[in-house]
Amino acid sequence: MIIEKFFNKWIMFFLILIPSCGVIFDEPYFITLATKVVILGIAGIGLNLALGYCGLISLGHAAFFGIGGYITGILSFHALNDEVLFSWPLAVSGSSEMLIIWPIAILVSALFSFIIGLLSLRTSGVYFIMITLAFAQMLYFFSISWPNYGGEDGLSIYMRNSFPMVNTMDPLSFYVISLFWLLFSIFISLRLINSPFGMSFQAIKQNEERVKSVGIETFKVKLLVFVISGTITGLAGSLYTDLNRFVSPTVLDWHTSGEIMVFVILGGMARLYGPLVGAAFFIALEQTLGSYTENWQFWLGLILILVILYARSGILGLFDKKLRHEK
Amino acid sequence: MTLILFFEQLLNGIQFGTMLFLMSAGLTLIFGVMGLINLAHGSFYMIGAFSAALIAALTESFWLALLASLAGAAIAGVLIEIIIIRRLYRRDHLDQVLATFALILLLSEGVRWCFGAFPLYLNIPNILNGTVPIFDNIIYSKYRLFIIFMGFLIALGLYILITKTRLGIRIRAGQNDRQMISALGVDISKLYTIVFAIGASLAGLAGAMIGAIQSVEVGMGEPILILAFVVIVIGGIGSIKGALVGSILVGVTDTIGRIFLPELLKLFMEPSNATSVGSSIGSMLIYILMALVLIIKPSGLFGKS
Repeated sequence: MIIEKFFNKWIMFFLILIPSCGVIFDEPYFITLATKVVILGIAGIGLNLALGYCGLISLGHAAFFGIGGYITGILSFHALNDEVLFSWPLAVSGSSEMLIIWPIAILVSALFSFIIGLLSLRTSGVYFIMITLAFAQMLYFFSISWPNYGGEDGLSIYMRNSFPMVNTMDPLSFYVISLFWLLFSIFISLRLINSPFGMSFQAIKQNEERVKSVGIETFKVKLLVFVISGTITGLAGSLYTDLNRFVSPTVLDWHTSGEIMVFVILGGMARLYGPLVGAAFFIALEQTLGSYTENWQFWLGLILILVILYARSGILGLFDKKLRHEK
Repeated sequence: MTLILFFEQLLNGIQFGTMLFLMSAGLTLIFGVMGLINLAHGSFYMIGAFSAALIAALTESFWLALLASLAGAAIAGVLIEIIIIRRLYRRDHLDQVLATFALILLLSEGVRWCFGAFPLYLNIPNILNGTVPIFDNIIYSKYRLFIIFMGFLIALGLYILITKTRLGIRIRAGQNDRQMISALGVDISKLYTIVFAIGASLAGLAGAMIGAIQSVEVGMGEPILILAFVVIVIGGIGSIKGALVGSILVGVTDTIGRIFLPELLKLFMEPSNATSVGSSIGSMLIYILMALVLIIKPSGLFGKS
C-alpha cells in the first residue's frame, strides 16, 4: 500500500509535467493527448468501482459514456441553433454552459445506470456480462437509427461549451478542467472505498452469500455502486464530447466498453490510479504503434493477450511486486 | 398485399433466425461444455466468409467455397484453441472476456492485413438464383429458402450428434460433470478442442452463407455476435434447444418489427415522424424482448435456474 502511494505521487507529478512540457515546447497536441488520457482515466475510474471493487463485470459502460457524450452534444447543438429542446410539459432550451450541462449529464447518466442496473442486476455471472453488453448495444442502434442528431454521421458542436471566465478552447484550460474532475472522481472513489458502504461492496466481490447473511441487502448495495460507477463514466463522456467537439455512435459502440475495461485491467484492477495508468499506456501504445504501422490494433491485441495470460495484476501490480521483492 | 408482405418478411425473419442459430448454437455449446464466454466467436464467422470468398475466387465453385468456410473456420478454431483459449478455461469470466476481446482485435486486424480493407463478394450459384413460387401468389428467393433449409438441416444434425452419437454422450457428460468424465478416461482436452472446432465451423458456415447475400468484410461478425448473445440470454445459456427457439424468436421479431412498426405508428402519427420513431424503436425491439424475458425468467426460457 505504501509503495502504491509512492507511485501515486509520481503519477500526479506526470499529470503536471506532461502538459507543462507541452506549453514549454509549444506542442498543444501533447496537452490534448494528456487531456484524452485524463478523461478516459475518469471513465475507467468509474468502471473500476463496479468492476474492480465490487466484481460486477459490466461490458456495457459505453452506454453511460455515450449518454454523457450525447447529452452534452444535444444540449449544445440546441443552444447553437437556438431551438427549444422540447416544448412540453415545459419549454426547455439547450445550453452551452458547462455548469448547466454537467448536472444534466450526471442526472441522466445516473437515471440510465439505475434502469439498466435494476434490470441487469437481477442476473449474475455470464448473464450479467451479456445483458450489460446488450443494453449498450441497444442504445448504439438507437443512436444510429435516430435521424435528428446526425444518426450514423454523428453530431459536431463546433465550439467547446463555455465555463465562466475561462477560455475552454485553450487546450491547457480544458486540461485543468478535466484534471479537476479526475481528482474529484479519485477523491469520491477513495472516500467510498473506505466507508462502511465501501466495505460492504468490496465484501460482495469476495463472497456475496456471506454479506447477505450478515443482513446487508446486497442488491441495493450493488445497484448503488453500479449507479455511481455509471454516473462517473457518464461525466467522462460529457468531457469527451467537449474535447473532440464531436459525438458519434462510436462512443456507444461495444468496442468502447471493451476499451474502458482494458484501461482498468492494464493498469491493475481495484487500484485507485490503475485506470489512469491503463489509459495512459493505451494512448501511448496507440500513438507509438500507430506511427509505425497501420495495423497497430493487431499488436495491441497481442500485447493484451500476453498481459492477461501472464501479468494479471496489471502495470501497477508489476511495479508493486518488483519493489516488494527488493525490500 | 400486406398479407403477402407479412409472409415474405416472416420467411426473411426465419432465414435470419436460422443463421443466428448457427452462431448461437456454437456459442452456447462452448459455454455449456467448457464454461468459456467467447467474444471472438464472431471472428470465426468472418474467417469462414473470407475462406469461402478466397476459394470461390480460385475455383469459382460455390459448393467448394461452403466447404472451405467450414474447414477454414475449423482450422482457425483448432489453432486458436490450442494456442490461447485452452489457457482460459480455468480463468474467471473477466479474463475470458478480455482475452477474447483482444483476440477480436488481433484477428480482425490480421484479416485486414491479408485481404485489405475493401469488401469482397461471393456469388450465389445459378441453381439458387432467382425466385420460386411457394403458395398461390407468393414468390420467394431460392437462396434464402436454401439458407432456411440448411439451418434446419444443421439443427437436425446437431440434435442427432448430441443425442445419438458417442461424441454427443461425451459432450453432454462434459456439460454435467467435467471432473467425472476425465476421471473415466475421456481425453478432456481433445474433447474441448473438438467442441470448439464444431462451434467455430458452424459460425464460419453462417458467415459464408450470409456473405453471399451481403458482403464479406472485416468486422462483419460483430453485429451478429451480439445478436447471438441476446439469443442465448433469451434461450438460456448452455441449451441448444433454447438457442434454436431464441434464434427464430429474435430473427422474426427483428425483421417484422423493423418493417411493420413504422407502418403501425403511421396510424397514430404523421408519416415522417412515424418512420423515424418506428425504425428507432424497431431496432431496439429485440433488446426490449430480452429485458422482458429476463424480468419473467432471469435464467432464460430453457435455462436451468
